[in-house]
Amino acid sequence: MSEKDNNSTVPNAARRRFLTDSLRTAVGVGLVAVSLGVYQRQARALPAMAVRPPGAADEKAFQAACIRCGLCVRDCPYDTLKLASLGDEVALGTPYFEARDIPCEMCDDIPCVKACPTGALDPALKEIEKARMGLAVVVDQEACIAFQGLRCEVCFNVCPVRGKAITLNYQHNDRSGKHALFIPVVHSKDCTGCGKCEKACILEEAAIKVFPIALAKGLLGRHYRLGWEQKADAGEALVTPDTPHQYNLPEGMSYEHGGRGLITGERPLPPTPPSRPVAPEAPLPPFSSNPLDTLNRKGGL
Amino acid sequence: MEPGGRPGAEAIAQKGWLGAHRYLILRRISQLAILGLFLAGPLFGIWLVKGNMSSSLTLDVLPLSDPLVLLQVFAAGHVPETAALLGGLIVLGFYLIVGGRVFCSWVCPVNIVTDVAEWLRRRLGIKGSAHFSDKTRYWLLGAILLVAAVTGSVAWELINPVSMVYRGLVFGMGLAWGIVAAVFLLDLFVGRRAWCGRLCPVGAFYGMLGEAAVLRVSAVRREQCDDCMDCFAICPEHQVIKPALKGADKGIGPVITSGHCTNCGRCIDVCGRDVFAFTTRFSNNSRQAVSGVNHKSEVSS
Repeated sequence: MSEKDNNSTVPNAARRRFLTDSLRTAVGVGLVAVSLGVYQRQARALPAMAVRPPGAADEKAFQAACIRCGLCVRDCPYDTLKLASLGDEVALGTPYFEARDIPCEMCDDIPCVKACPTGALDPALKEIEKARMGLAVVVDQEACIAFQGLRCEVCFNVCPVRGKAITLNYQHNDRSGKHALFIPVVHSKDCTGCGKCEKACILEEAAIKVFPIALAKGLLGRHYRLGWEQKADAGEALVTPDTPHQYNLPEGMSYEHGGRGLITGERPLPPTPPSRPVAPEAPLPPFSSNPLDTLNRKGGL
Repeated sequence: MEPGGRPGAEAIAQKGWLGAHRYLILRRISQLAILGLFLAGPLFGIWLVKGNMSSSLTLDVLPLSDPLVLLQVFAAGHVPETAALLGGLIVLGFYLIVGGRVFCSWVCPVNIVTDVAEWLRRRLGIKGSAHFSDKTRYWLLGAILLVAAVTGSVAWELINPVSMVYRGLVFGMGLAWGIVAAVFLLDLFVGRRAWCGRLCPVGAFYGMLGEAAVLRVSAVRREQCDDCMDCFAICPEHQVIKPALKGADKGIGPVITSGHCTNCGRCIDVCGRDVFAFTTRFSNNSRQAVSGVNHKSEVSS
């Protein structure tokens, strides 16, 4: 015991030095690790203009699986994909494309997914129409000329999932009073996010843009039930039975919603349950085809 | 080595400049040839090798993947597909034969940068060096795997200079030159061999592989050593030499068994007395007896 005490000063100094060194290294490395972790969280924020290749999972899962080898970039026949280099806003070394620059041409054999060695691009994706790289959104209704009543429809026409991912919605043109607006409407059920619409948009800054799905999609509260869908599923009203609407109209007139419309000079029909579509046979127009009849008619309207 | 002289002067006198730089030249050819294979595609359209150091495909058949990146992917919670796993196993097997840190000295492009920094450091006579424990790299290796597990992301690849430089050279550097400059300045002014020899977790990983590797440098004719210290001066991991070179009395074999040895062969180059040679790990015991006897006979005579 006394021998140990006598010799203990040198081992103690060595031990202290060892502990100090270890602590210093541990603290230094710990700081690096924490900084890296924080930086990683920032790097997970994918900028809105960056679109991931087909088959990429959500950003968190993608950054766990992508080893940044660039094989998808090499096998992309249209040079659409590129790897983020240091200084880009996208996580270093990961593949992405900018739709306004070069959009995805949606190859049938999906070579980028086949090239991926780790499965960061999901090999289960066999049909390119099922890819969900992002979602096109008509972001600027003020700039889009379709909303001005001008004919364009370029996004509708270039869409590879033609007639499904983008449809044209005809609306009344209030400005001219006699024309239609051909409004492009994107449907997330069919939009792959390829970005050809954004590329083709004729504006200087595209009015339709592809965004990451997480940015582009809303979500209805899970408790919401849409009454008409529930009713259609059940075949009848689920709460109180529908009562026919009472129209306060002058004597001798009645109104048939979804059917003949305003009916004059006829006894009111017995109310029909609205869940059953009214037979449209021989619908009488509420107005005569001759506008003079309306003008010359007395009373009523 | 003469006081103030340059390591290898005697070797140059003995073997000529070419003979005294044989492995250095071969290493540079190896490093540049591998880089050339990757660059032949993007520069000249000759697609022998696609991808980068993280994962590549040679002649559309042979997959090769960095096992450390795969380890990070596993830590992040993703199981890679077969192509990456197979590629990782092939690389693992290769370095288990030729020496783990053969990656560092014969393949890694950062090695050229740090070798130049070390050469300049010697020529300019820069003496001061910050103290980093040579265990720091293992701490860092553990830290990057921990960060991968905690963040669920291959976070280290956001800042890894080794993969960044290779990816940059093949796919576009961006601001990665800044990282190259940082590593160069670190090695030149802050600490001797600080990056490759103290900090780099990639080297630490390959060093652990190297513990079991077959191909080795051995001080086969250690009895001829005249203590000129040229090999110590030139060796990037000079602590690995002493046990093998001076261990005859302690019954230690002449083979350098440390995984830190990068098999760069510079000790073979700069030795004017041909003490070192490439052997296998299995030649350690037989040689030990022979050289031990030789050494003793020399002492007694």
